[in-house]
Amino acid sequence: MLKYALIPLLPFTGFLIAGLFGKYLKEKAAFVAIAGVVGAFVLSVSVFLDVLGGKIIDENLYSWISIGSFSVNVGFQIDQLTSVMLLVVTTLSSLIHVYSVGYMHGDKGYARFFAYLELFTFFMLVLVMANNFLLMFVGWEGVGLCSYLLIGFWYEKKSAADAGVKAFVVNRVGDFGFILGMLLIFVTFGTLDFTDVFKAVATPAANHTYLLFGAEVGVVTLIALLLFVGATGKSAQLPLYVWLPDAMEGPTPVSALIHAATMVTAGVFMVARCAPIFSLSPTAMNVVAVTGGLTAIFAATIGLVQNDIKRVIAYSTISQLGYMFLGLGVGAFSAGIFHLTTHAFFKGLLFLAAGSVIHALSGEQDMRKMGALRPKIKITFWVFYLGSFALAGIFPLAGFFSKDEILWSAYSSSELGRVLWVLGITGAFLTAFYSFRLINLTFRGKSRIDPEVAHHVHESPKVMTIPLIILAFFSVTIGWIGMPGALIPHSNLFGDFLAPVFPAAEHAAEGTHGLERWLMIFSVFVALAGIRLAYSLYVKHTAWPERIAKGFRGAYNLLLNKYRVDEIYNYIFVDGLVHRVARLLYTVGDVKIVDGAVNGIAKLIGKTSDRGRRVQSGYVQQYAFTMGLGLALLAGLYYILK
Amino acid sequence: MFDFIIRHLLSFLIFVPVAGAAALLLVRDARAARSIALLVSLVELGLCVPLLANFDTATATMQFVEGLDNNLPWIKAWDIYYKLGVDGISVLFVALTALLTTISIMVSWKAVTERVREFMAAMLFLEAGMIGVFTALDLFLFYIFWEAMLIPMYLLIGVWGGPNRIYAAIKFFLYTLVGSVLMLVAILAVYFAAGKTFDVLALMQYKYSYTFQLYAFAAFFAAFAVKVPMFPFHTWLPDAHVEAPTAGSIILAGILIKMGAYGFIRFSLPFFPDAAMSWTPAIMVLSVIAIIYGAYMAFAQTDFKKLIAYSSVSHMGFVTLGIFALNSQGLEGGILQMLNHGVSTGALFLAVGIIYERTHTRMIADYGGIAARVPVYATFLMIITLSSIGLPGTNGFIGEFAILLGAFQHSAPYAVIASIGIVLGAGYMLWLYQRIAFGTITNPHNEHLADMNVREVAAALPLVALVFIVGLYPNAAFSFMHASVSNLIQHVNAKAQVAPAVAQIITRALGN
Repeated sequence: MLKYALIPLLPFTGFLIAGLFGKYLKEKAAFVAIAGVVGAFVLSVSVFLDVLGGKIIDENLYSWISIGSFSVNVGFQIDQLTSVMLLVVTTLSSLIHVYSVGYMHGDKGYARFFAYLELFTFFMLVLVMANNFLLMFVGWEGVGLCSYLLIGFWYEKKSAADAGVKAFVVNRVGDFGFILGMLLIFVTFGTLDFTDVFKAVATPAANHTYLLFGAEVGVVTLIALLLFVGATGKSAQLPLYVWLPDAMEGPTPVSALIHAATMVTAGVFMVARCAPIFSLSPTAMNVVAVTGGLTAIFAATIGLVQNDIKRVIAYSTISQLGYMFLGLGVGAFSAGIFHLTTHAFFKGLLFLAAGSVIHALSGEQDMRKMGALRPKIKITFWVFYLGSFALAGIFPLAGFFSKDEILWSAYSSSELGRVLWVLGITGAFLTAFYSFRLINLTFRGKSRIDPEVAHHVHESPKVMTIPLIILAFFSVTIGWIGMPGALIPHSNLFGDFLAPVFPAAEHAAEGTHGLERWLMIFSVFVALAGIRLAYSLYVKHTAWPERIAKGFRGAYNLLLNKYRVDEIYNYIFVDGLVHRVARLLYTVGDVKIVDGAVNGIAKLIGKTSDRGRRVQSGYVQQYAFTMGLGLALLAGLYYILK
Repeated sequence: MFDFIIRHLLSFLIFVPVAGAAALLLVRDARAARSIALLVSLVELGLCVPLLANFDTATATMQFVEGLDNNLPWIKAWDIYYKLGVDGISVLFVALTALLTTISIMVSWKAVTERVREFMAAMLFLEAGMIGVFTALDLFLFYIFWEAMLIPMYLLIGVWGGPNRIYAAIKFFLYTLVGSVLMLVAILAVYFAAGKTFDVLALMQYKYSYTFQLYAFAAFFAAFAVKVPMFPFHTWLPDAHVEAPTAGSIILAGILIKMGAYGFIRFSLPFFPDAAMSWTPAIMVLSVIAIIYGAYMAFAQTDFKKLIAYSSVSHMGFVTLGIFALNSQGLEGGILQMLNHGVSTGALFLAVGIIYERTHTRMIADYGGIAARVPVYATFLMIITLSSIGLPGTNGFIGEFAILLGAFQHSAPYAVIASIGIVLGAGYMLWLYQRIAFGTITNPHNEHLADMNVREVAAALPLVALVFIVGLYPNAAFSFMHASVSNLIQHVNAKAQVAPAVAQIITRALGN
């Protein structure tokens, strides 16, 4: 048990040391942090080998909350799914820690940065290791906190601080669903433990239905949908994706670790963890799949026209997360997790490589002020190139295998799946296009770099390039652990490894391998077409993009302004509900009406007693007259009543 | 000697501060007055150690009792006795009172420079009154403590408060007094109805007629609802907080407003279970309104203290929601949330006080960017902010989640609406934090802010520790409550008949 507890506790210790003594440690804080996270990595490898050897763990550390019939423990569950996540998280986190040593060098918040990064790793590990919903929620909100702290890391910049708050609050909206989901789970099944809940969904308790807005909804569907609301927040899906692009205000290693490779995939992980619940509700599954499919293409279209190098990758992340949900929604849980894994490597790589570009250009992020960087920063270029191929889904790089497994699963699942396949394949074209638009604008063509900046262009130090090279290696190879059976029979090691965790998917008949192969070739062809188009527009005929933008001004501006969703949300929620309505309700409702009533009563009493006071005039004659009148009245009453 | 103290621990807890206040009359020097007050409050805190250590968590009966067998008559002709005792519902509040009083005295060290002796005496009297409220087992004695507590608080606001202190002090005093007077009438009614006794334990066993319960519950409700404060009786709170000195705000938010909710649990529920059930829907609705409305009002505030005051309205809405869910998760969650709110809102007002002492402004707009100047302070404020928004791992989460669990089992829609309050809470608190700590310094006065000193860190540290201890190991607090709370629930359910809701009674009356 100690070994398991140490996995999150090592980074936590690193956090405490770097956080409390950062002032004295200065840049040495990085060593403490790296020691913590690498320790967690080593233990994760050992745990993975244990799981590979068949050792599944579900143990409680101590009773956390216990009131009446409600009881939750702090405990860990380590199964195949968790062990995969542990490896992904600790590998990426270790590499990005090392990279940050170079990237953050000289920043005045150096120790604080590493402390937050450690705290994040701690919470992320708690999230994936928890054996019940509530502890998972601790990690879930904890990573959200770190995301908030790291987005607003340069808190003196207003846009950064704003983006942090936005991220946290939007995530809270999702968490609203998560919390309600947990409440409903407890009320229905009497427990929040994964194992017990997943057993209980097969019992009659799960057949309960609720009447919601006139429709009969099964409790399992309701639970699944509520949990999924939480997932859309954390994993930036429609309609709660708006925080992720703004999150790019954070330092680039943060974008790589938190806003690409790990935290944002927590929603995907959670849905996969809850596969026994989701798979019982076709409605919920369809909602997941459709949300994923729509998000995939929606975000990709925005990514087509953005000029900020990090924002392009951010929209790409939203889009790729959509693919993962698409996979989960059509029942291909292991495909979704597979894409999560490959994506973690190549998207982490792309962000870090983008960071290397920004580093080289003294902080410039606008691609309109880049170009022709290829000969100057060769390593960065090559890893970026490989990462983009992986993202575009070119055979035999990582993205190809995972994306194609999802697309094929969608295609072979149902009618709806085929519609989603169309969305997915269109998205694949867009993905290839925007990836290579980015490459071409940044590394090829003519230099549009500010001459001041151009002097200082330099390749990043080894401490940054070595993690890049390692990630590039994985971006090429990691997909090979999940080859489709259609290419080489029985070679989907990844899927086989995870199979015990997920409900058995209905596998397409063996005879369809031919079709699957054709679809694969088709998707590679589509990706190549996207790459070719990007080459035409941004290397050969560089005047065309502007002409196209002019020709379709309306559509172009709509995309450039991200469908104006931010503006609409701002108008309704921030300006409207938070500022105007709250202000009005306060000044009129609380001050005038509620408090006005209180003060009004006080005034009324004051006025009446003021009148009453006049009776006591101080004139003896008046008092004598009143007394006489009273006596007469009493005497009169006495005689009448006698 | 030690044995004697243990046997009369509650009396010591009440009278040590009184003796301390008397001792203050003998000194002239402000520094001596501060030291004596701090010493007394520390002794008081020390007395809480045997209180908690010797408390038997397995039983629901009253412990550390004094005078339960009527051997300590006070006004014998009216059957008024001196009776004290604590159970799992009240014991932790005694400890919290002692802790927050100590912290309040520490934070007033430099902030109060005039009439220091009188200030400290008021603090100690207040402490005695508050502990009396939590330990009295004679209803009349309780009422005396309940009203006695008002006077030092009235003075704290009225003498050492801000510019508009007279208005706020009078409003606070009269508003709560009006409610309390109605309670006094009900106390007398209960006394006569139950055959002339003020014994709280005996009154709990007595079965009152349903109509009697309805009116008596309403009269108690008047006192408690104002104190909590529940919507729409909350408007005295922002005024009182804004004008009160830091110590006053800490005690007001930390302990005083808890007494309303405590009164519901200690008296309203066990005395009048049928009426409680009838009134429950109305109270649940008011609670939910308080949660949303308080949070929403917090968005509109420009004053640091007012914002926290409105957030208190929201948080106390959770407390009453939990209590009237009338199941173990709701009630224990409600009690824990009262303690949590004492810790985190006490700490928030401490934070306001620390910065106010340096800048003499409570306007949020006068801050901004101070994180770079005062990192320790910024960290403290961040931790407390997180506790206040109920981040898992902190105390706030445990309380809120338990309450939501309880409310959801009682009736799901209340829990659903209350959960919106959690979203809003994150919004206004983080926005507040951003406006205080993030950005660049716009107010030149903040350029040379000094960070927290050792005294201030020492005052803040116990609260920060409690945030995490309760967050990570809440069973330490819950274990005190289990026996008493389940006993209470059994008692209420056994005594209560199937009672119609007040709304139904009204419609029926109108129908006739």
